[in-house]
Amino acid sequence: MKTPWFQRSLAAAAFALAIVGGVATDAVAQQPTQFIGITGYRVGPYGANGAAFFGGFIDYLNLVNERDGGVNGVRLTWEECETEYNNTKGVECYERLKTKVATGPTAIHPMSTGITYAILDKAPVDKIPLITMGYGRTDATDGRVFPWVFPLLSNYWDNATGIVKFIAEKEGGEDKLKGKKLVLLYHDSAYGKEPQPVMEAEAKKLGFELKMIPVPHPGNEQQSQWLQIRQYKPDWVVLWGWGVMNATALQTAQKTGFPREKMVGNWWAGSEVDTQAAGPAATGYYAATLALAGKNYPVVADIEKFVYGRSKGGDAKLVGTVLWNRGMAAAMFTVEAVRKAQEKYGKKPMTGEQVRWGIENLDINAGRLKSLGFNTMLPPVKTSCTDHGGAGVVRFQQWTGTEWKIASDWMNGDRAMVRRMVEESAAKYATEKGIKPACMGS
Amino acid sequence: MSFFLEVLIGGLLAGVMYSLVALGFVLIYKASGVFNFAQGAMVFFAALTFTGLQEAWQLPLWLAFVLTLGVMVGVGIATERVVLRPLVNQPQITLFMATIGLAFFIEGVAQLVWGTNIRRLDLGLQDEPIEAVMERFNLLVSKFDLVAALVAGALVTVLAVFFNKTRIGRALRAVADDHQAALAVGIPLKQIWAIVWSVAGFVALVAGLLWGARNGVQFALTFVALKALPVLILGGFESILGAIVGGLIIGAAEKLAEVYLGQYVGGGIEGWFAYALALLFLLIRPEGLFGERHIDRV
Repeated sequence: MKTPWFQRSLAAAAFALAIVGGVATDAVAQQPTQFIGITGYRVGPYGANGAAFFGGFIDYLNLVNERDGGVNGVRLTWEECETEYNNTKGVECYERLKTKVATGPTAIHPMSTGITYAILDKAPVDKIPLITMGYGRTDATDGRVFPWVFPLLSNYWDNATGIVKFIAEKEGGEDKLKGKKLVLLYHDSAYGKEPQPVMEAEAKKLGFELKMIPVPHPGNEQQSQWLQIRQYKPDWVVLWGWGVMNATALQTAQKTGFPREKMVGNWWAGSEVDTQAAGPAATGYYAATLALAGKNYPVVADIEKFVYGRSKGGDAKLVGTVLWNRGMAAAMFTVEAVRKAQEKYGKKPMTGEQVRWGIENLDINAGRLKSLGFNTMLPPVKTSCTDHGGAGVVRFQQWTGTEWKIASDWMNGDRAMVRRMVEESAAKYATEKGIKPACMGS
Repeated sequence: MSFFLEVLIGGLLAGVMYSLVALGFVLIYKASGVFNFAQGAMVFFAALTFTGLQEAWQLPLWLAFVLTLGVMVGVGIATERVVLRPLVNQPQITLFMATIGLAFFIEGVAQLVWGTNIRRLDLGLQDEPIEAVMERFNLLVSKFDLVAALVAGALVTVLAVFFNKTRIGRALRAVADDHQAALAVGIPLKQIWAIVWSVAGFVALVAGLLWGARNGVQFALTFVALKALPVLILGGFESILGAIVGGLIIGAAEKLAEVYLGQYVGGGIEGWFAYALALLFLLIRPEGLFGERHIDRV
């Protein structure tokens, strides 16, 4: 029996496709890869925060592969390990990812102050850089004592002093803060206590009264804290919360009649996760940010085109939100560190040591941000051995009820005071651990 | 004085919110003698299903409520079939362990089906002070908390009538007392368990809606179960009235302690103060305020 012509054609086409596909697959398979280990969380009490951050992180990695074919021909691969924001699971994930490939996991973003502390001493031994963008140990900004830890952009104390400066501007100048009353409503944990020394120093310097009120974990009931606030009658409330504590604080502020226009959150208390859960109670609330929200940036348009357009994206509803943009920025810094390291060590997969050098020598100025499509979403970053942050600035947004509206320019807090306190704290740590502060170099 | 009254009233109303969650525990305990570790997960699942259905099909509140209630009844029946039926006549600790597994399963399924995004739940009731009370007495009383207290009151009345005046209610109490004896006198254990888990699902739905409207529907709703534990210890595991009275005492005590004692020890004590109070109470009255005193023959 003769084979019909269309069947023969179909077989020939399938054969040709198999050859072409095979060649293409081989080409991709033979391409060198840079493995990135991700200790993420998408379930559990902070799953919503993690889903947005790590969604943006992975979308950016996908963009680099889809649009650019990787970093100088080195494709990015990754594996996400679920920590549930739990320190023990975070350490397990770190241990699992660190030996996954010979070059290591590139750099780890723990996205948790607790996990950061848990793996802080392991990182130098394993030669794995930790990028702790806006969290973790504040004094790790001093790279002479913490060569493997990078609180990129800004640290907690930059955030706290930035908030005080923002409030001072709203009051008409720093001198106007004298005699004012501020409340620091904080999550009763290591994270929540981090700004206390710097807030106390600011109160002493500027002459305002400071009352610090802890909220026990998880913070889903704050009646007594807000009644104390109502009795104290502060001029401003600084919210240093995380997760359900933020929405509950906004709701309870409404319940006790405290104006949301007099509340300023830190950058972990200022995302859509917090304000949407609080509903109308969040309208007027200010919060600091590390990366501006919104989709109006070329890099976001590229992700929508190259990643979501090719059905490789995550949750499209999260695109452009505060934490998604922050996650995307975190991925960009990781990729740029690899690129920087490649300039020195060659266009091949980089090891942890090489990436560490790359992070320590980042210079992403306004021009580079523009060429990367981030424009003004982020401040320029220039790191060094002594400054593992590289920016030290913060910006403020106000929730309109439906979206975040920019409420300030990028601004410094008291950088001189923060630097002095960072060095003092890092020196104390160095003494405790027997570390001789020094720059690592290459 | 007005500040003290504010703290006290706020605490009492917060306590009612704890009682709502505690009621679910009491129901299961009354019918099976088991502490249902999954009650917090059920509160989370119910609220998430409610908002998920509402969002997916733009349903009105009442329809979303009815459909979610249907889902919770389904969960109750499935729990009886899959988890409890194979464990009839097993030691209480086995049933307790099963509910721990159930809690993790429900939490996982809830997030798998509806995702982890936080959802706003609008019941059309703002959490604001009642202006008339504020103007007249300079006292802060929340509208939302007051409505929650009324809902809890209604729920307690209905449940008390159900348990004490209906045949099913009496059967529930018999089952709780002794599985085998209840079976021997012809009480259909399987149906009774399915009913009580469904009613617990209903209570979880009501608690989930009120807590979700307050804090947003998110995983942290599972933690409200932690607030119910001291309430149960104090009120008694088997008493609906105990859940309410225990809630009021715990709510008021923890708020007063936080405000008046907290300042001397750096604050943040309400998280553990309720447990400390409950433990102290255990020493004096181990069965709780309204719990049944068990005397075993040896």
